[in-house]
Amino acid sequence: MNICVFVKRVPDTEAKIRIDHETNSISEEGINFILSPYDEVAVEEALRLREANGGTVTVVSVGNEEALTTLKKCLAMGADEAVLVKDETPETYDGLRTAKILARAVEKRFPDYSLLLFGKQSVGADNAQIPAMVADLLNLPQVNVVTKLEIDGNKGIAHREIEGALEKVSFSLPAVVSAQKGLNEPRYETLKGIMAAKKKEIPIVTFEDLGLKEEEVTPLLEITKLESPPQRQAGKIIEDEPEEAAKQMVKFLHEEAKII
Amino acid sequence: MILVFIEIREGKVKKSSLEVLSEGKRRADELNTEAHAVLVGHGAGGLAPEVFPYGASKVHVLENSLLAHYSASSFSLALVSLVEEIKPEIIFFPATSMGKDLAPRLAAKLGVSLATDCTSTACKDGKLEVVRPIFAGKAFATVSFKSSPQIASLRPNVFPLLEPGAEKGEVVKKEVVIPEDQIKGQVAEIIREEDAEIDVTEADIVVSGGRGMKGPENFDLLRELTAILPHSAVGASRSAVDAEWIDHQHQVGQTGKTVTPNLYMAFGISGAIQHLAGMSSSKCIVAVNKDPEASIFKVADFGIAGDLFKVIPHLKEELKKAISE
Ligand SMILES: Cc1cc2nc3c(=O)[nH]c(=O)nc-3n(C[C@H](O)[C@H](O)[C@H](O)COP(=O)(O)OP(=O)(O)OC[C@H]3O[C@@H](n4cnc5c(N)ncnc54)[C@H](O)[C@@H]3O)c2cc1C
Ligand SMILES: Nc1ncnc2c1ncn2[C@@H]1O[C@H](COP(=O)(O)O)[C@@H](O)[C@H]1O
Repeated sequence: MNICVFVKRVPDTEAKIRIDHETNSISEEGINFILSPYDEVAVEEALRLREANGGTVTVVSVGNEEALTTLKKCLAMGADEAVLVKDETPETYDGLRTAKILARAVEKRFPDYSLLLFGKQSVGADNAQIPAMVADLLNLPQVNVVTKLEIDGNKGIAHREIEGALEKVSFSLPAVVSAQKGLNEPRYETLKGIMAAKKKEIPIVTFEDLGLKEEEVTPLLEITKLESPPQRQAGKIIEDEPEEAAKQMVKFLHEEAKII
Repeated sequence: MILVFIEIREGKVKKSSLEVLSEGKRRADELNTEAHAVLVGHGAGGLAPEVFPYGASKVHVLENSLLAHYSASSFSLALVSLVEEIKPEIIFFPATSMGKDLAPRLAAKLGVSLATDCTSTACKDGKLEVVRPIFAGKAFATVSFKSSPQIASLRPNVFPLLEPGAEKGEVVKKEVVIPEDQIKGQVAEIIREEDAEIDVTEADIVVSGGRGMKGPENFDLLRELTAILPHSAVGASRSAVDAEWIDHQHQVGQTGKTVTPNLYMAFGISGAIQHLAGMSSSKCIVAVNKDPEASIFKVADFGIAGDLFKVIPHLKEELKKAISE
């Protein structure tokens, strides 16, 4: 079973986000970048499926050369191969654009895949749209926000999280699946894995190599303004004894906030 | 015209869809156009009277026996046939599980870009402009579209409902053609967690617990509060979820759910940046933490620096009293 996993390099969730108002973009200065947490879950799932069924795991990222570090991490976790599709375009969070690039990369470079694994959303862009778009472009079934995945031959069953419940979805391969936290506990890279990853070459592919024309990779969304969220003002903090404190809180909710 | 997708779950129209329709109507008025709604599913037309009051001048009903169960592939095919016929300038979805699953599939079919999980919409020079939180709300991006139709999904619990109007209007039924081999993936079953009638993203009040709850059994204290508070749900910090005190469906934060309830109550939660990202746009926040320096107090409108185990029993009594009055 050959699996492709799509991964993105994103700012650490701890990062304080600063805005560069000149370019309408996030300032990268002093920010630590990581493999997007849901993508890490997707890589782990691919490795487990390979361990159970054989085949290969290839990781693919669209981004600048800094993303090589992210791909190296995936190799160190145990992925067989990695490919970088080079993209220097400033981020507009246009999911369709990335989806078109990924779909083309799959068609050109991995025609014999049976599973395409994604994170349910990339941390930062918070788009949650690329997996479904790739599924449509390649005319595949999609199961998003998956917390349990079982593959048997060319059939799959997945649990997909919805509001207050789970949907049990059956589908046939090839398919698109996007990972939710809880699907598995990602492994740490081993020293051996890190050493092996160091030796692997990561091919860098251009849009030209993929036969992508300029109009296909022109962003169709435009960020016209980027702002910091309005700061919340700290309210009243009391240290009264419990009964009085509870009374005060409910009084606040009733009379000032008018919620209860 | 603005087209709004109305989500039906278990035979009911979701409130989040009516919020989206209300917002669609506000923009339609501004653009001097109409808001239409679309219901997808076998016999879905019976729900049209629930939709008209929130601003739809027309309700389209897409029917086919293959649409009895939701799948993104079949629903997006049905929607494409309607979009090609009525040519809306703007399409709105609720940013729910279904909306987030379906909208991108439709956008890809139409070859247009999509803005997800927007928290505000406006018109500028006859075009749509939306605001979407990125980095889990650490920044807000105003986005405009260079492709048409302009498609966006709107976050639940953010947009106010219109004052309900008349229940009548024009219903247009359409039998859509769906080749069976184009249905990719089927929902075989829906598994419901017993105590989770309301999801944290949909609740008016979220009562959350963190590591300060000390153990899984103490989450019952929070469940006792949600039993008193109308339309409420139990949430949690990642520490509580990682300790397996509660299922991860309940996790609020950057790698959990983003919630915007009317009231967020935090018990024994320190207020780490990843947690704040998921809840700091709640309309009102209250917190109980024994550490007066805890970061959660920086965003709380009202805080009690004290032991949650001593406060909760009194809070329960006081809330009961206030609600019964
Ligand atoms: C990649 C990544 C993603 C993350 N995503 C999330 C996320 O989505 N959501 C999330 O919540 N976290 C997330 N975190 C974790 C986050 O950094 C914090 O570790 C976590 O939020 C802390 O949870 P807590 O507040 O319950 O625990 P703690 O930080 O341990 O706080 C417990 C609090 O309880 C108080 N307390 C203890 N006893 C009592 C008592 N008897 N009465 C009153 N108060 C008491 C203490 O004073 C303390 O403030 C993420 C971390 C990483 C690295
Ligand atoms: N630049 C990228 N390169 C490769 N995969 C990506 C990229 N951006 C997003 N993805 C994949 O698509 C998923 C959803 O991303 P998004 O739709 O941006 O929230 C991510 O979790 C990744 O698996």
